[in-house]
Order: sequence, then structure tokens, then C-alpha cells
Amino acid sequence: MKLTVEGLNSHYGPAHILFDIGFEVADGEVVALLGRNGAGKSTTFRSIVGLMAQRSGRIVFEGRDVSARPTHEIVRGGLGYVPEERRIFTDLTVDENLEVGRQPKRANAPHWTREKLFALFPNLGEMKNRPGGRMSGGEQQMLTIARTLMGNPSLVLLDEPSEGLSPKIVEQMVDAIRTMKKEGVSIVVSEQNLHFARLISDRAYIIERGRICFGGTMVELDARPDIRDAHLSL
Amino acid sequence: MAFYVVQFLTGLASAASLFLVASGLSIIFGVTRIVNFAHGAFYMIGAYVAFTLTERLSGAFGFWGGIVMAAIAVALIGVIVEMVLLRRIYHAPELFQLLATFGLTLMVEDIVVLVWGPDDLVGRRAPGFRGAVDFFGQNIPSYDLFLIVLGPVVLGILWLLFQRTRWGVLVRAATQDRDMVAALGVNQKWLFTSVFAVGVFLAALGGALQIPRDAVHHAMDLRIIVEVFVVVVIGGLGSIVGAFVAAVLVSELNAFGILIFPKISIILVFLVMAVVLIVRPWGLFGRPEAAARKTPGLTVNPWRPLTSNERLAALAALAMAATLPLFAGNYALSVGSEIAIFVIFAVSLHFLMSVGGLASFGHAAYFGLGAYGIAFLAKMAGLPMIVCLLLGPLLGCVGAAVFGFFAVQLSGVYFAMLTLAFAQIVWSIAFQWVSVTGGDNGILGVWPSSWAASPSRFYWLSLGVAALVTVALRIAVFSPFGYALRATRDSPLRSEAIGIDAKRIQWTAFVIAGTTAGIGGALFAYLKGSVFPDNLGISLSVDALVMVLLGGVETVSGAVIGAIVYKALNIWLVSQTDLSKLVLGGFIVVIVVVFPKGIVGMLEMLAQRRSKASPPGSPLLAKPIGSAE
Amino acid sequence: MNRAPPILAVEGLTKSYGGIHAVRGVSFALQAGEILALIGPNGAGKSTCFDMLNGQNRPDSGHVRLLGEDTTGKKPREIWRLGVGRTFQITATFATMTVRENVQVALVSHARKLFNLFGSAPNFDRSEAARLLELVGMGGYADRPCGELAYGDLKRLELAVALANQPKLLLMDEPTAGMAPRERVDLMRLTATIAREKSIGVLFTEHDMDVVFEHADRIIVLNRGNVIAEGSPAEVRGNPQVQAVYLGEGLVYDARHRDGAPA
Repeated sequence: MKLTVEGLNSHYGPAHILFDIGFEVADGEVVALLGRNGAGKSTTFRSIVGLMAQRSGRIVFEGRDVSARPTHEIVRGGLGYVPEERRIFTDLTVDENLEVGRQPKRANAPHWTREKLFALFPNLGEMKNRPGGRMSGGEQQMLTIARTLMGNPSLVLLDEPSEGLSPKIVEQMVDAIRTMKKEGVSIVVSEQNLHFARLISDRAYIIERGRICFGGTMVELDARPDIRDAHLSL
Repeated sequence: MAFYVVQFLTGLASAASLFLVASGLSIIFGVTRIVNFAHGAFYMIGAYVAFTLTERLSGAFGFWGGIVMAAIAVALIGVIVEMVLLRRIYHAPELFQLLATFGLTLMVEDIVVLVWGPDDLVGRRAPGFRGAVDFFGQNIPSYDLFLIVLGPVVLGILWLLFQRTRWGVLVRAATQDRDMVAALGVNQKWLFTSVFAVGVFLAALGGALQIPRDAVHHAMDLRIIVEVFVVVVIGGLGSIVGAFVAAVLVSELNAFGILIFPKISIILVFLVMAVVLIVRPWGLFGRPEAAARKTPGLTVNPWRPLTSNERLAALAALAMAATLPLFAGNYALSVGSEIAIFVIFAVSLHFLMSVGGLASFGHAAYFGLGAYGIAFLAKMAGLPMIVCLLLGPLLGCVGAAVFGFFAVQLSGVYFAMLTLAFAQIVWSIAFQWVSVTGGDNGILGVWPSSWAASPSRFYWLSLGVAALVTVALRIAVFSPFGYALRATRDSPLRSEAIGIDAKRIQWTAFVIAGTTAGIGGALFAYLKGSVFPDNLGISLSVDALVMVLLGGVETVSGAVIGAIVYKALNIWLVSQTDLSKLVLGGFIVVIVVVFPKGIVGMLEMLAQRRSKASPPGSPLLAKPIGSAE
Repeated sequence: MNRAPPILAVEGLTKSYGGIHAVRGVSFALQAGEILALIGPNGAGKSTCFDMLNGQNRPDSGHVRLLGEDTTGKKPREIWRLGVGRTFQITATFATMTVRENVQVALVSHARKLFNLFGSAPNFDRSEAARLLELVGMGGYADRPCGELAYGDLKRLELAVALANQPKLLLMDEPTAGMAPRERVDLMRLTATIAREKSIGVLFTEHDMDVVFEHADRIIVLNRGNVIAEGSPAEVRGNPQVQAVYLGEGLVYDARHRDGAPA
């Protein structure tokens, strides 16, 4: 397994947010983490990369237990993280944003250069010196993904990549994620948009109110409209 | 005309060192969010080390090499300080970070005296810049011209460093979003350490470059740090360009202020700072900061008024204290009076700092103003003591009303820096305006009237006033106003949402605290029979902070205990050692790192632990939240 | 519905940041006792709109009228004095004070006794504080330190504080964000009961559609700064445009963009 999460619990101040989260990602797989807003998707990601102070549980990445490691070590180990709401450095240019993400080449992961990334996201190549704060939402979203890929990760946690983007940009995003997969990057993508998730994922987990309540292939999920409707619809 | 040009150039030359130190402070703050009070100390060590190295090494290479080596050596000391001390307190409340770095400053002051002696040291002239350039009959030292060029050069180098290197990109990214930088695989620890090293390097370089211009002495740290605070408040904390512009502005104001107000040139700087704060509270090039971490808040321990038993105990303690004259001698009584006066001073700061969450680093200003108020009234107007005691503290009240109005516009570290700068301005006025204040010679011969003249009577007077003040402020803590003040401290957002005008509440608290400190100062003037600028100096402000901290910043009654213990210790310490600042500074650092709750806070915690088999701890985390699934 | 003059009337509210229109000509009204939900996708302008109503943000143009008085550009504390209670998305309470003291501060402020230096705050209107805490089911917690409370209890305390000035209008920003499911239902039922009993108007933003559809009398949907729909829960649910931009997307029944707080 590329990534195994077991018994993950997280608190934010007085609020208990995650309850015994567990899931797995195989090598080269794209796994969707589906759930409504506030279900605990982002917290799950933040807990995995060590950005939640109060967490417990086991997180095994490429055979190593990283649950007690500081964030930068986890990320340097090849586990990339693309946060929701983009969080690009607005004062830095596109080029500088990419520079922050740059890490050495890794043996078991594809190597990304600026040129390769500009081929994947052509818009970015045309605005290398533009400050991040003066880009559109879609361009910023591409930049966050490109920035994380500069670290040559073997697995990427993608938090709500389609959030707030126009359909056309979402299509580009689908293409980009498929390219990443083709290159050999494993991906966990959190989504509310089942349609989008279906286009890119091999398997899916559903998270609801801080708990995993379904895990299976996309086909299995489609065969259970009851689950789908109970947790993803109104 | 030529004279004004020369004056202008002198100002520019002074700006160079100021800019180096201020930019270092800004860089460190940008990433670590710590305002490094010890920055002046690093500047001073830089000057001393450079003095030694340039004396030992010969020739031009020895001089310039010595300057650079001094800055590097001090930067290495900075690295050690960062790793040993600062890493432990990055997540502590702001107040503790400020105090810990202040403690360092005090230690350094004694260390430099130990190593280099108490006398002023005059360094070598810079090789190649020994002479002066003639400018229409006026002389300009050529070293000044060198400094004038150096400022923009350093600005340019810093610009390149931050714009053109990977390190600079990482630092700028971390300034904006630290967590995100870590989430991209950057080791924050080392980034912080390196940033601190660069900041300290700049401070030390600033100090080292001063040696051909000024004598090196052991009080230069406080002088520069106050100017630097003024610079970053005007320029905006975190902005290097702001530091440069403000350094030039402040230096020019100083250079020309002497021509306009020869006695009190500092007034001009103050006026400019006041205008900037009103127009742009975050400085010319600064940005509004996110809400600061709360000053108290290590524990959740609601305050309550004393129970009737506790009141009896406090009364009994007071009654026992009142019996002191029955068996103690004159010296003990004067020590007792001094302790009582410092209780007044400490509780006044406690009201502002613990209740209001506003940590003033210049509270002595109002204490000293009270003392000067007495001196003016008694010596110059010749009023009787009782009238003086009633009117004298009003000077503290007026000072607090004026400065407090500006100070409460800001919060957190800005508030701390501003109050320190204000206090230093008051000190400078007392020091410079010789015709009114007597300057360094102070005002002598302020003696109490006969009814209070004997040591025992004066002791009773001090004790009585201290008891009254303590009780009055305690009542205020549990008054509706006290609740409102605590509310503004706990949550400005919620306070505003329930109709509380936080600035007005805080200003009122500032005036109350300043007036009360003035009462302490008034008694102090009578106790000592004289008033000196030191009565409103920084070390006295720090004394007040330490008293509150030692007693327990989160308790209601800690300040009283803290004042008694600290003042007694302090008087004893001064009689035992010449290195009182070293001990005191070390003491502050230790309290902050290992003993942050203070004496009363610790006692309360122990009492709580004893009374409950299972401490309240955090049931909130253990409590499962019901689920509908 | 439109029998009495509205307690809140918003006309042509507009705000833009750096050339981007966050809110464009939003108008609506709220009657006493009515519960109105403001929903919409991320960046639709809900928060900006909300901040302009409660005084944290000043509109570029347009007017806000509270109880007939023009409050456009007034400070939050002035708006509170007119009888508007607030709760926050992330609770804002006084952590070092007890539950009762939290309510007492609001009562002190309401009685305009903030600058009273010699009274006894611990004894200030304890009966009213007790009544308010009882109302939100926090009667047994009065002496507990606020910082020790569970999140759901903090939300209820906030409600008690918000009711301390006997408001005519409650502004609630994502009232159930971060709460456990059962607590969500309880809190909103409680709010609805109180609002109807006292004829308090409630305006809230929310991302939990269960809460919105169960409790709102009326829903306003914002998208890109514009009101795109307004009506009863059933009407909004059935509105194709709302389904397209917010509730569900085109042909894919399940897909939807939900808006709201970070997880």
C-alpha cells in the first residue's frame, strides 16, 4: 500500500472532528474522499500531513509510520499536499511560488520541472512573473497543484480541486489529474462533486460527520444509490 | 544654507545604523512574529566585539575585517540564543516573548561591563575615512559620507537577497503563510534560525559601524532600541523599505529638531509618530496584523472576589505589617515604605496588563510623572504635603491620558513598543529640559511635612495608601467596568458585538493605571526626598513587569505578592552583588520559560489539585459528542 | 407576510473589492418572527453581505434599514444598541470568565453601566442572567469557566449572550458550523422556538441544507453577488437555476457544490 490510515482522530479546540478514520491507497491509484462540506475531508488531509495539533492514530506512508513526524519531513518523504482555498503566496510571483515547492528528485516518483509543468498548465507559463494575488481563481488552483508537484511527490492529497471553478477549468483539471496519474503519481482527491470524482477516481470513500461510512470502487458506489443519496444528496 | 545641508547629511549618516538595526528587527518579526527586545543588546555587543577586534587587528584590513567578523560572531551568538531560548517560546503569549528577550538585554548589560568594564571606550577611526570633507566652509566627516552611501547599499543587498535567492523566496513565503511553507517540505526550524541570524548580523553590523563615530558604552542598547521601535512603528513592522524611510525620517527629525526645540528635540519625533499612528496605525509601509495572541490565557481560571475568610486573612496580614514600627529600625522602615510604594506601582500595572491585557513596557513614565508632580508642587509652588499628595499624581493622570489615547489605538507588540517609546520620550524630556527638571541632577529637597516625617509615620502612610489603592483596584476588577475591561481583553470581536467601545474602556483603564502609578511615584518622591530622571526610566518599567509576572500575571492578587517578594529580593540583591542586572535578567528568562504562572498562580494550581481528586483538566476533550448516525 | 413594516430592509446593497463585484444590488426584507436563510456557493457574497448588515463592512452603495432607522455604515456596537443580537461562525466568547459572567457583561452593556467602577458585577442582574441561561438550557453551567465548555455548549452560550439585549433581530453566521449532528438539530430548534415566541426575526447563513430546509421560512439564494432566487424552501429546492449553480449540477443528479466552512 502507498498510504494506510488507521484509527485517525482529530480535535480542533473543544470540537472532536474526526472519529477513527481509516482508508488505504494503492500504488498509482486515484482515490476519492467524498463528503459534504464540514464532513471532515480537509481535516483528514491536514491530520495526515501533521498540520492538526491534536490528532492520534496510525499513518503509514510507503511502509513508514509518519504519524509522529513534523509536517516538512512528511512532505519531503514524498507525500504532497494541495490545500483547499488554494493558499498560494499572493506576494510571490508564479515562478517564486513554484520555487518554494521545489524539492530534490526522488527515485520512486516522477520528476517535474518548470517546463513540464508549464506544458501541463499552459496558462501558468504565460504569467511566470505575475504576483499570485493577481491571478484568477482557476489559475491559482493550477498554481497550487504545480507548486506541490515541484516537490516530486509520489502521492498527492488534493483538497477540493474543483471548488468554485468554472466548468471549462474543471475539465482542464480533469486532464491534469489524469496526466498526473499516467506519470505514476498516486492521488487522494477530496470532493463534493460526484460527477467530477467519477471522471478521475478508481475507488471512493464517503466521509460523513467525521466518520468513514462507505468504501469501494466507483462501480460499487453506483450500485448503491441508497448510500449515495443518504450521504451525498439532500 | 551650507549649514543646513551639513545638518541634513549628518542626519543621513545617523540613519545608516538605525536602518541596519531596524531592518534586522523587522526581518525577524516578519517570520517569527517575535519582537526582539534584545536587538539593542546585539547592537551593543556588536560594537564592543568590533572595538576589541579592531584594536587587536592592525591596518585597514584589520579594521574592516574586524567589523565584519564582529557582526558574524554576534550572529553566531544569536543562533545559540534562538536555539536555546526562542525555540521554547515561539508558541508562548507575546508578553512572555517580549519579557524573555528583555531579560536577555538586562543580562547583556552586565556582561559587557564584566568583560569590557564600565568606562566609555573610544574606538579607532576608520582607515581611509579619517578626515573631513570641506563643504562651503563646513566640515563633513568623510566617514559620514561612507555611511550615507552604505545605507542604500545595504538596502539594495537585502533587496537582492530577498528577491533573488531561494532563501529569500522562502522567507517571504513564510512571512505570509508559515504553515503552507512547512506543507511544501521546508524545515521551519532552520528557516527561523537563519532568519534570526541575519537579523542579528544586521544589528551587530550597525553597532560595529558606530565605533568610529561614537564611544562604546553599556547603555547604548536601550538608546538604540527605543529609536528602533520608533522607526518600526513609523515605517511599519515587517517592512524593510519602511525601516529605511523611517530611519531617514527619524534621523533627520533628530538632526533638525535640535535647531527647532534645542532643549527637547525628541518632541518633534513624537509628534510625527503620533500623526503617523492616527493616519496609518500600522505604519507607513506596514500592513494590519492579524489578531494577536492573547496575553493571558495560559489557563482558564475565572477570577472571584475574596471570600470572607480570605478577607479576614488579608486584614490580619495588613495589621501585622502595621506593627513593623514597634520593633524595626529606621532602615527596615524605609525598606518597608519602599515595598509598600512598589505594591502600589505593581497593582497599577496589573490592572492594565492582567485585567486589560495591555502590557505596558513604559509604566514607569506615570510613576515618575507623579514624582515630578510632587517635586514641582512642593519645591516650586511650596504647597503643603497633603495638597501635593492629592494633586501630584494628576501629572501621571495627564501623561496617561495623552499617551494612553495613542497607545490604545494599537494592541499587542505595537502597544508594548509604543508605551516603551513614550516612556523614553518622557525620560528624555526630564533629562534634557534642565531648566525645569534639573536634568540629570534632578530636583532635591522634597521632604514630607512634619506629620509624616518620622520613618514610622511615613511607613504607616505608605502602607495605608497601598492598602487603599489595592482594595480600590480590586473593587474595580469586580465592578461592571472591570468586567467590560476583561471582555475587551478576551474577545474584541464579541465585545464590539455587545455594544462595548473597547478603545474607550481601555483608555479609561490606562488613565486609571497611570494615575495610580502616579500616587506611588508621589510617595516615592517624599520617601527619597528627591526626584531623578531614573524615576521614569526603563529599568523601573521592567521592575513593574517582573513584579506582576512573578506574582502571576493571570491572578488577581499576584501583583501584591510579586511586588513584596521582588522588591525585598531586589534590595537584598543590590546589597550583595554588583551584577544585579545579570541576575535579574536571568531570573526573568527562567520565570518565563519554566515558571510562567508566577507564585500565586502556582499556589492556586496546587490548591486546586489538592481540593479536587480529579482536576478539571479538559473534560471537553473526553466528552463524546453524540452522533445521529 | 407583509402586514407590518419589516424589521430589516436591505435596498440595493453593493460592494466591490479591487474591481470585483462581491455584492451587486442585493435587496430583501425580513419580518418580525420570520426565519430567513441566506445561502449560495463559495464567493457568492454571503459573508460580505452579512458583514454589511452587522456593521463590520461599509457598502459602496445601497441602504440597510433596521427597525426603520438607516444603519448603513454604522459600527457593530451601534447596531447592537438598536436591538440586534449576533452569533459568529467560530464562537466568540470570553474564555477566562464563567458562563454567567459572559451573560452579565452583555447585561451590563445593555444597562449602560460599562463605566461603573464601584458596583458589584458578580451580583449584577443575576436573575436575568439565570433566566437567559435557563432559556438556552445552560442553567446548570452558570459557574463553569467558559473556556472549558464543549463546542455545542459554547454555541448555546453565544445564543444566550445574543439574546441579552432583548433583540428584535438575530444575525447568525453559520450557526451550526463545527457542531455534532444532534447538537445542530437541537440548537436550531431552540433558536426557532425562541424566535417565534418572542417574534424575533432571524437571518442566518448556513451550509447544512438539512438545517436550512427544516427551519427557514424563506430562503434567499446568492450567486456571484446577485440574488438569483427567493422563496419558500420548496420553491427554492425546485428552482432549476438554484439547482444548476448550487444544489445540483445539470444532468448529474448527485453532483452539487456545497458551500460553507472548512471541514
